[in-house]
Amino acid sequence: MSNIKYILGHFEDPDEMMHGIGKLQENNISIYDVYTPMPIHGIEEKLGYKRSRLPIAAFCFGITGTITAISMIYYMLVYDWPMNIGGKPSFAMPDFVPITFELTVLFAAYGMMFTFFYANHFFPGRAPRVMDLRATNDRFVIAIDARQNPYPDKIENLLKDAGAVEIKHNERKYVSYE
Amino acid sequence: MSAHNESILREPLITGENITYSQITDEVLVPVENKPNKAWWIGFGIAVFFALTWVAAISYTFWEGLGVWGLNKTVGWAWDITGFVWWVGIGHAGTLISAVLLLFRQNWRNSINRSAEAMTIFAVICAATYIFAHMGRPWLAYWVFPLPNQFGSLWVNFNSPLVWDVFAISTYFSVSLVFWYTGLLPDIATIRDRATGVRRRIYSILSFGWAGSVKNWQRFESVSLILAGISTPLVLSVHTIVSFDFATSLEPGWHTTIFPPYFVAGAIFSGFAMVQTLLLVARKVMKWENYITMFHIESMNKVIIVTGSIVGIAYLTELFIAWYSGVEYEQYAFLNRISGPYWWAYWSMMTCNVISPQLFWFKKIRTSIWASWVLSIVVNIGMWFERFVIIVTSLHRDFIPSSWVMFYPTTIDVLLFVGSIGVFFTLFLLFLRVLPGIAIAEVKLILKSSSDQAKQKLIREGAVDKEQSELYQKSLEKYDSVSKSEYANI
Repeated sequence: MSNIKYILGHFEDPDEMMHGIGKLQENNISIYDVYTPMPIHGIEEKLGYKRSRLPIAAFCFGITGTITAISMIYYMLVYDWPMNIGGKPSFAMPDFVPITFELTVLFAAYGMMFTFFYANHFFPGRAPRVMDLRATNDRFVIAIDARQNPYPDKIENLLKDAGAVEIKHNERKYVSYE
Repeated sequence: MSAHNESILREPLITGENITYSQITDEVLVPVENKPNKAWWIGFGIAVFFALTWVAAISYTFWEGLGVWGLNKTVGWAWDITGFVWWVGIGHAGTLISAVLLLFRQNWRNSINRSAEAMTIFAVICAATYIFAHMGRPWLAYWVFPLPNQFGSLWVNFNSPLVWDVFAISTYFSVSLVFWYTGLLPDIATIRDRATGVRRRIYSILSFGWAGSVKNWQRFESVSLILAGISTPLVLSVHTIVSFDFATSLEPGWHTTIFPPYFVAGAIFSGFAMVQTLLLVARKVMKWENYITMFHIESMNKVIIVTGSIVGIAYLTELFIAWYSGVEYEQYAFLNRISGPYWWAYWSMMTCNVISPQLFWFKKIRTSIWASWVLSIVVNIGMWFERFVIIVTSLHRDFIPSSWVMFYPTTIDVLLFVGSIGVFFTLFLLFLRVLPGIAIAEVKLILKSSSDQAKQKLIREGAVDKEQSELYQKSLEKYDSVSKSEYANI
């Protein structure tokens, strides 16, 4: 018992898994994380996750792009080397709209992506931290920290009642690939 | 949405009986996890052959200079820009399917978005090759960017539509790439967790360490939605800016304000046609009939009718405005298009783009695979002619009759164009071999709400009244992937 780190409840159906989460919460058992092969809507509210702040990040990066574009064009065409193009004003704002827009989108998209990678600790070659290999295929896995929650038998029964098809006990945190 | 119920009256998006989550994974990954079959090798062999002709043609172009193309002093843009605009247009459907349909909550995008986005990437790559080639001095291609230089820091002219184009195309390519790859992460992780040995290692690197935890998915969905939100105006802006390349000039037949919306509609039109061309074959070869159903094909055909009709109206509007403007040059430009030496190109365009898609009004044609496939090819040919007509017929006779000429493509022109199609298909076939052609996670998402089996279950449980269930069963008649026998015993 002492060397079991995580109890994993495997479900075959997302609704049964949600039911299982509810059961565990009724019994004050803390859930470490849930691994699913697809996004499950409504699970964040159930587990009390806050809304993602990525949209705010995207907006800030977008504004950065707008400012970058306008200041770059202003510097190059108005300040550094103003040209007389048919007697038109150097600062021809309507002409700068397309590039300003494109750079806004570019900065917003890339800024948000890198924020997303940073927040999730994603980078090429990172060791995947999966608790079970079938969690990316067809199993909905609830992971429970065995050290924080006593009475593993009770947890097992709860999961089984909720419809778990399999209960696993992991002695290591992640199934590594070595 | 796992616990969400959908009206029974909506057609199912996944057909087949007793489909499980693991079955979806298995069926989608068949081409990735097994050795390719004969059909793939034959297709790949042909594609690579044409890709090699492209390599030869482009090398020859770079070696000899642009003189090997059929360009002359009057017609400075011909097959090169035609090819560029055509490819960029084809690329647009991928973003449209991914982004716009996501914003509109159209679940039928889930089975086709991944291939369509891959198509976007490859089409824009083909377009970019044309851009580089037509510069004439491609080793100076970096001059289009505002980089500090030793000409006293001579900056690019930001008032020029060609510079806008540089920014638009490069932004479009990089944002599409990131959108596509982010969407792929969960699917790459699925392949990774099923693979062994070297393949596992490679997919592990590519998966960035995706685990599928709650927070992963929450951020993933947030990112997808925002990217869709910014890609939608982006995709409209890109083809708008491509049209500005023509519309901001004074060339008769080019300087019309209708160009931006007309080009965007044409892009969606040709893009969806190309998606049809590829996916109708792919669904057959990969046995994906349960995921890319007749409903998907019909929906795409409906988009083709709409955009084809918009394009048709734009043609007529152009003609009307040319006459109504009272500008003799403009009037002659259009008269010359209709009845000049390039009349055959104009009428091919009219036939392929305006008349042929109208056939989709007939349900029989709309739900026939052969007819859809043939018409999608016809539409692609028609859209190529549209670009050709716009570019060449406007250029070859403008203000000064003494400089009127004809344009004749050389062998190199033809080889470059055919070769670029080869490059496109080579990349697409390779994509199908190494990455899932259907977004696995997104198809799983709609299994419990929008699949045929979920709806059957509802009917079996008696949750639906008789009239509605009969209506639903009637809607299944067009499907080639539904056996009606199981409805007999309900």
